[in-house]
Amino acid sequence: MRSTASAHWQLAAARVTVAFLLLLLAGCFSDDEQWNAKDISSLMPDLQFDLIRSNGKAVEAQDLSGEVRLVFFGFTHCPDVCPTTMVQLKQAIEQMPDKLQEEVRIVFVSVDPKRDTPEQLASYESFFGDRVIALTGSEPQLRELAKRYRTTFGYGTPDEDGNYDVSHSSAVYVFDQQGRARLLIRDGLPTTAIRDDLTSLATRSRS
Amino acid sequence: MFSLEMLLPYDFSPLTVIFFVTVLGLYVTALKLMPSEDRPGPLRIFTFLLGLGICYAVMQTVFDYYSQYMFFVHRGQHLILHHLGPFLMALANPLPILRFWNRQIPDRARPFLAPFGGVYRTLQQPFIAAFLFVGLIYFWLWPSIHFDAMLSRDLYWVMNWSMLLDGMLFWWLIFDPRSPARSDAVGYGKRMLMLALVALPQMFLGAWIVFNRGMVYDVYEVCGRAWPMAPETDQLIGGVITWVPPAMMSIIAILIVLRRVMHEDSKKTGKRDWKPQEAHQ
Repeated sequence: MRSTASAHWQLAAARVTVAFLLLLLAGCFSDDEQWNAKDISSLMPDLQFDLIRSNGKAVEAQDLSGEVRLVFFGFTHCPDVCPTTMVQLKQAIEQMPDKLQEEVRIVFVSVDPKRDTPEQLASYESFFGDRVIALTGSEPQLRELAKRYRTTFGYGTPDEDGNYDVSHSSAVYVFDQQGRARLLIRDGLPTTAIRDDLTSLATRSRS
Repeated sequence: MFSLEMLLPYDFSPLTVIFFVTVLGLYVTALKLMPSEDRPGPLRIFTFLLGLGICYAVMQTVFDYYSQYMFFVHRGQHLILHHLGPFLMALANPLPILRFWNRQIPDRARPFLAPFGGVYRTLQQPFIAAFLFVGLIYFWLWPSIHFDAMLSRDLYWVMNWSMLLDGMLFWWLIFDPRSPARSDAVGYGKRMLMLALVALPQMFLGAWIVFNRGMVYDVYEVCGRAWPMAPETDQLIGGVITWVPPAMMSIIAILIVLRRVMHEDSKKTGKRDWKPQEAHQ
């Protein structure tokens, strides 16, 4: 026994469902292809952290605002992924127009605070040039930051020399001058593609 | 190895905790207040609480951490949220509890609840229900959507909640204890057909993941795994979890429904004009 009222609601509900599904579909296929890297504008929160710099002083995200920031999680003893990525980012920045280079900063976040002392970070910084800032923090601080950006890290078992592996994200998170999350650079993206993205990001949010 | 911290949520969600506490509270209160002849037996109570408990555990304990950083654990999480948890809750037949609370709703409030009834009946049409059940699995496992869902905290919660709610709707439809002969519950034949129909695309998807040579879900590479494990192994186990257990659960559910058909048949209590039993043999 169904009243007309309930039939009415059923129809309305069916309409809402269809509209919702259409909306979902529209959301999936309206990917604009203007970036080479993955656009994360609507997916991730603004840049926020509370860490320690190579000189031992505390650094917050606001201290670096006004720059396009490339946040990368790693550790200085990292044998392959980290140096490769750092070199690639450095090259991408160097290929940018001179004026724009100063607007970009690589923020290297070490997730291995036990070995990465401020001195160690300072030498890492100077090795990769003046567009790099190396940070670390206590493990809870780092866990908090990693969680905010949906990533994690873990430590392997140390060998007889006390060396151990650290698992971490292989991606670079790009934030604009206002600290908004913009792009995710994945492994395997060509340097020129990164350069183009960074150039248009630096130009775009400048105007 | 075990510490109490593991029982704490990795990503605390007040809404989720409130939901589970409310359901638990409503269930227990109804048990206490309802007439004893309506009250479910201890096994049914246990089954319901077990189903509810495992859903809570995969959402608000350390399990959720591993689900975010390991593909196969994530598949296990969805197996529980979308299949096993709701399966147990529906099998425990909470109908007396629902009826108890239904009686408590004041008549004045009923017109305001009508829209919910409409949405519910629409979602519970067999075709829509089966389509939604499989559609959601495909939707969230669509590689680009899966990537976004694992990167965005909001999307991640929408994903898990949609799986849990849809699981509850679907398994309740399948295990609706009311006899189709005497109520507007879906017929047993249709239920079994739905179970068979939803199993096939799930098996197909699981097999596709298992036999895929490339990495389909590379978001776990990007975000770092919870512990070092070969990506291929992770994807393979995840694929098997998508493939085998859901298919088995469809079969178990078909057997349960079949048993109910035979039970009702032998009682001959239906109002329908049943043919003599020989016709079935």
